[in-house]
Amino acid sequence: MKIEVFEASCCKPTNVYGLVERAMSENGIRAEVTKSVDVMEAVKRGIMRTPAIIVDGKVVYTGRIPEYEEVVGWLTGGK
Amino acid sequence: MFALFKDFADYVVFDWLGLPPGDPFTIALNFFVYGVPKISVLMAVAIFIVSIIRSFIPPEKTKKFLSHRRTFVGNILAALIGILTPFCSCSAVPLFIGFMEAGVPLGVTFSFLVSSPMINEVGLIMLLGMFGWKVALLYVISGVVIAIISGYVIGKLKLEHLVEGYVYQIKSEDVELHEPTFTERCREAGNFTTAFLKKTVLYIAVAMAIGGFIHGYVPSEFLTTYAGRNNPLAVPLVVLIGVPMYNSAAGMVPIIYALVEKGLPLGTALAFLMSVAALSLPEMVILRRVLKVKLIAIYVSILTVAIILTGYLFNAIV
Repeated sequence: MKIEVFEASCCKPTNVYGLVERAMSENGIRAEVTKSVDVMEAVKRGIMRTPAIIVDGKVVYTGRIPEYEEVVGWLTGGK
Repeated sequence: MFALFKDFADYVVFDWLGLPPGDPFTIALNFFVYGVPKISVLMAVAIFIVSIIRSFIPPEKTKKFLSHRRTFVGNILAALIGILTPFCSCSAVPLFIGFMEAGVPLGVTFSFLVSSPMINEVGLIMLLGMFGWKVALLYVISGVVIAIISGYVIGKLKLEHLVEGYVYQIKSEDVELHEPTFTERCREAGNFTTAFLKKTVLYIAVAMAIGGFIHGYVPSEFLTTYAGRNNPLAVPLVVLIGVPMYNSAAGMVPIIYALVEKGLPLGTALAFLMSVAALSLPEMVILRRVLKVKLIAIYVSILTVAIILTGYLFNAIV
């Protein structure tokens, strides 16, 4: 599994990456995680609002700080 | 509707603290104790409702909706959607690129970029709570008109070559967004409202304290002498002060309110509010990443002139 995290570049501090790491370690999920604050890269991926998470090329959410439970849901394939 | 808050403030200031009426400190404190809870409650309700509406129109949908719109109709739609879209200066760049890349005309994009920061629910609630619905409505209508006109003019000037070249090279992927359920929308709106209020209550309190100070201590005809109707330079002067300033409409309203009370004409005051909200130095710096200096200068000039004219118009008719 490949997870890409886009943090917000300003306005408010976001630590979505931290949430993703916690979700992975607490649920034994193995994945390749990348983190970016590059707005241009986000735009190219079709994201207009950060923070955002892309799981295996699919944008799962944008524009807010997710709940921990949601992150777990996305990483375990929406089960 | 606001009588309860007034009674509460009077009770706290006169009965509980036993302060003498008419004293500047009493007046200032009463203004503060009345304003903070009232604005906070109004704000919570408005933000919750707007957050739910907003969840139906994310920018990813907006750009598709505005893509290849004809001028004028497109400008009107963009200005109206801009009201409901939250804006912070740093989101200007991704929004701008996303819009351009989706084929939204430059002028239409600008209508959106003007109305989004200029009109927002937080500022409107403050205007509604302190000045009443007529002034709030006047502000929305004039803001939308300015956004439509300035975007229309920029579109007609054919300034596409003044956008940084790389913007046209970016191709973004089409994303499929998760469509939230109604429960999710409500939960999300609730979380956002709580977080927002936590962050803003202090801010409102500071603004109300400054407003209260002006209300109680500054002599009531103070500003009439310097910035009244008989000074034709007052409007351009306050707008030029307001343009580089960075503050949200919300934080400005209590101060504006107190200034109007002290004799600043309403048109001059609203022009000041618009110039602070719509344009700021940090925003111009950020827009430089996508726009050439000349286009930023044209944008700022058109908007400044439009706001000054609006100020004169209101001073003449209100």
